[in-house]
Amino acid sequence: MTAPPKAAAGPGTPAESRTPAAPGTPAPLDTPAERYRMLRLIRGFEELALGLVKSGAIPGGIHPYIGQEAVAVGVCSALLPADRLTSTHRGHGHVLARGTAPHRLLAELLGRVGGSNGGRGGSMHAADLSLGILGANGIVGAGAPIAVGAAWAAQRAAAGQEPPARTPVAVAFFGDGALNQGVLLESLNLAAMWRLPVLFVCEDNGYATTLPAATAVAGSATGRAAAFGIPAEEVDGMDTEAVRAAALRAVERARGGGGPGFLVCRTYRYEGHHTMERRMKLRYRTPEEVEAWRERDPLPRAAALLDPAVTAGQDRSVAEQLAAAEEFALASEHPDPAGALDHLYADGLRPRAGVTP
Amino acid sequence: MTRLSYTKALNRALADELAADPAVCVFGEDIGAGLAGPTLGLLDRFGPGRVVDTPLSEQAFTAMAVGAALAGRRPVLEFQIPSLLFLVFEQLANQAHKFSLMTGGQASVPLTCLVPGSGSRDGWAGQHSDHPYSLFAHAGMKTVVPATPTDAYGLLRSAIRDPDPVVVFAPAAALPVRETVTWELAPVPLGRARIHRPGTDVTVVALGHLVHDALAVAEEVAPDISVEVFDPRTVHPFDWDALAASLERTGRLVVIDDSNRSCGFGAEVLATAAEELRLIAPPRRITRPDGAVLPFAPALDRAVQPSREQLRHALHAVMKHP
Ligand SMILES: Cc1ncc(C[n+]2csc(CCOP(=O)(O)OP(=O)(O)O)c2C)c(N)n1
Ligand SMILES: [Mg+2]
Repeated sequence: MTAPPKAAAGPGTPAESRTPAAPGTPAPLDTPAERYRMLRLIRGFEELALGLVKSGAIPGGIHPYIGQEAVAVGVCSALLPADRLTSTHRGHGHVLARGTAPHRLLAELLGRVGGSNGGRGGSMHAADLSLGILGANGIVGAGAPIAVGAAWAAQRAAAGQEPPARTPVAVAFFGDGALNQGVLLESLNLAAMWRLPVLFVCEDNGYATTLPAATAVAGSATGRAAAFGIPAEEVDGMDTEAVRAAALRAVERARGGGGPGFLVCRTYRYEGHHTMERRMKLRYRTPEEVEAWRERDPLPRAAALLDPAVTAGQDRSVAEQLAAAEEFALASEHPDPAGALDHLYADGLRPRAGVTP
Repeated sequence: MTRLSYTKALNRALADELAADPAVCVFGEDIGAGLAGPTLGLLDRFGPGRVVDTPLSEQAFTAMAVGAALAGRRPVLEFQIPSLLFLVFEQLANQAHKFSLMTGGQASVPLTCLVPGSGSRDGWAGQHSDHPYSLFAHAGMKTVVPATPTDAYGLLRSAIRDPDPVVVFAPAAALPVRETVTWELAPVPLGRARIHRPGTDVTVVALGHLVHDALAVAEEVAPDISVEVFDPRTVHPFDWDALAASLERTGRLVVIDDSNRSCGFGAEVLATAAEELRLIAPPRRITRPDGAVLPFAPALDRAVQPSREQLRHALHAVMKHP
């Protein structure tokens, strides 16, 4: 029959955009010790999440980030509070490294009210606008043009300021699989043509699900960036400090009006593409290959830069933080089904139900 | 006698068509590994010239299939997730579908899109839970949503043999269905409905996994209401003659449809029935809400999908008339 009354803004109150104005506090990643702690936090978070997938507390499953932590930590350590990023289906590392509290991300994975998205998004859509995280994304390649748009807006906002403002940047994380999405190439072109402050970060973990990058990517990732006139660097994506140094160079250039940059981080995922893979017999890579990459694990490499007493202290504090996160997430309430379509429209518009009452 | 799973039925249909017609070929992601199931073992059997693992370039490989079809092949495209069809809507609705008319009948595009796992899957959230068959029917593409393993087998084979583009949606919630098969599997013609259960009081039109919900509810209410479960199997072209015959028997109509309400398949069935067919009571439909996006939390996801409870309620409502 008729639609239920709209919960829209009352008369005279213009509907507001919900994008938060006040920036949250990004994770501190300025020192090697802080970066080590974040690597450990992401690793521990993912291990905890694997257990919660197994127990059924996390519906559906996750795409684990284990092995790739140095990329998220290295890149996010080069960012400032006003910067933004877009992430992927394998997004927990990016979200944590930017500074979302682990208890809020974990509660989101469990679909609880206390989650970063109120349980509406889950693993593949975790977002935290207060930190400029414009969302993980379920569609491969989809985040890149969104980052380009955020960079365009930042560039326009800074234009004409006296003294000249240093522009916030936008980072687009994506995998080797995304290199073959047309929209990614279109994004490179727009960013280069308009000298936008974007950092494209390709996490080349060697595979798109079962497809080896070597059999899917003609030419090279850096070659594709170079074809658009975008400076591209290939770095050891298992080395946090190397990623950070390269990201700082690209981000500095972009802030000063030098246009986009492109990083290819050679990395590896130690787990399957998705937790579902544990139940399948797939043979697209060998156990020897996985073991060989374990030799290059980013955590021991980062730990080697620090006093063992420091890392032991960090490990303890991470364990405590994750135990608290688990407790919080499991205790957080399940959302009320009556609000299933809350937030569907920014103005509070309530859609008609699927049945006549 | 074999116990046939839905996914295995799709797998056999693909294998049988690949074996029967050298023009048939398959494109998709992780199909060599058989990740989604329907292509398991096909690469080994038919080779990389016919079973082609593609990079993540859906728009290109979909339009490439259009080109290959124009050059004499019968491509099948497997899409891992239903929303990839949004990505290739241009290539399907604006290219594949329009060639026949625009070329004045010189060309046809016999390609088949297969989506093994359409609709909600627990935990896959907003961008992986659409079930966009109404959208494709609206655009005019031949659109199929099989409910059972044997229908999946038969309809996929007919889709591949059809001279036009066809989209085959295998609902995620129907994939666990198993069937005991004692007969030779055979193609099932497109555009032909199937009555799963005869009845005299109400016709319930249901598609895909919802056929099984409709059958369960029909059984439950059998002491009070005689329900005919009508499965069109093909959304477009729809078997209007069969529906007309069913409504001659019952005169009451309920449609259960896993689409968004506005402009969905259920809306079309109700509208046509109101205009042209015999109704002795106001019809009802059960759908997703208007413009729904499926939330992640399982209880919210379920709250947005058509339910058995809603079907029971609708059946009692239509029985109040006349
Ligand atoms: C456009 C698109 N195509 C296919 C998929 C299904 N899918 C999800 S992740 C994935 C592989 C992605 O590989 P890559 O970009 O290398 O990222 P990785 O998983 O290795 O982190 C695929 C095929 C999708 N989500 N979106
Ligand atoms: Mg990859």
